[in-house]
Amino acid sequence: MLQVQDLYCERQRRILFEGLSFSVHSGELLQIRGSNGSGKTTLLKILTGLYEDYTGEVDWDLDSWPLFVSHKPGVKDQLTAQENLQWLVSLHQSGVEGLQVGQALRSVGLAGYEDVLCGAMSEGQRKRVNLARLFFIKSQAWILDEPLSAIDLEGVSLLQERIGSHLDDGGMVIVTSHQSLDVEHEVRYLNLGDTA
Amino acid sequence: MLIAIIKRDLLVTFRNPAEVLNPLVFFVIVISLFPLGISPSEKVLSDIAPGVIWVAALLATLLSMDLIFRSDYEDGSLEQMTLSEQPLILIVGGKIISHWLMTGLPLTLLSPLLAMMLFVGEQGILAITLSLLLGTPVLSLLGAVGAALTVGLQKGGILIAILILPLYIPVLILATEMIKTGMTGGDYSGHMFWLGALFALSVGIMPIATTAGVRISLSH
Repeated sequence: MLQVQDLYCERQRRILFEGLSFSVHSGELLQIRGSNGSGKTTLLKILTGLYEDYTGEVDWDLDSWPLFVSHKPGVKDQLTAQENLQWLVSLHQSGVEGLQVGQALRSVGLAGYEDVLCGAMSEGQRKRVNLARLFFIKSQAWILDEPLSAIDLEGVSLLQERIGSHLDDGGMVIVTSHQSLDVEHEVRYLNLGDTA
Repeated sequence: MLIAIIKRDLLVTFRNPAEVLNPLVFFVIVISLFPLGISPSEKVLSDIAPGVIWVAALLATLLSMDLIFRSDYEDGSLEQMTLSEQPLILIVGGKIISHWLMTGLPLTLLSPLLAMMLFVGEQGILAITLSLLLGTPVLSLLGAVGAALTVGLQKGGILIAILILPLYIPVLILATEMIKTGMTGGDYSGHMFWLGALFALSVGIMPIATTAGVRISLSH
């Protein structure tokens, strides 16, 4: 589970959040909402440990590392979809097999694109290569920053389905999105900016 | 992991060779302009050869230093590497090794040819190659710290030069002295030990500093 206590963060002399406390347990979905610049991405970066300029407590209690999907796709233009995904997965677990990688690519609708350079792909396809990690890496907690942007309708429903099955398996999901998620589970909301 | 990152970086570079060729072409052009600009005489050229080759190698490395983390920073790969379960220092170490394989090593391999162009004798050529073989990894290791610290800035290139050039000076002095000693037939093993010591020192310290630099750059 994740426990956040009394978080305070200031950026460009603007207080993003003050006295922010919340917790996420396994099987829960937390959607962070807020206008542009309200600190959604900063909050996610604090949760992952990338951003350290804050006061307060962030406590993770997990068996595996959280998986962070940032709004930057993290794929290299000069590598193919298969090579990119294989590399991204190898950052989290060793002994990755090509066959499994191909399977994960097919499950995000990229069948036939395994050997296409990511530089020749559209924004949404590159994003899908990154999101294919969700079908592959076993991680208890997912932190997703705008996972639905640049993804088409079919991809959105695919992703929502995957989020649902992850929650069923006892995983937790923290997501920022301007769209409302259509999953069978209860969605908890955290509004940044107006309520902070 | 170390091998995986080296393989990945080399693959990315081979699919986009222009970036890695730039410093090499720069190295060759600078050195070949000296005979035209100063004097084609054997005496003058062999006198300035150690300095010319080393200054050119140093600037070529500096020029390529910005590339080591830039594209990974921009497309978000660096973020993923930092959040990896693998230790970041291994990934950073792999990136430094592949940077050297793509700049330092080709420079070293090209140097005998360019040394011949500058009328350096056989003994001198050996000294030049050995000094570059020991010295260019130090340049890559030191430069990586500067690159890591400036990767988050828009115009990091000049800042890297200001940060790193002072640290390059000892390598430059040692290496050129080593070559001069070698060209006059002297024993330059002392210089080599010193260069080797610098290498060992930077292998121990610089990956740690670079790792810290990457984390600082990403937290802004």
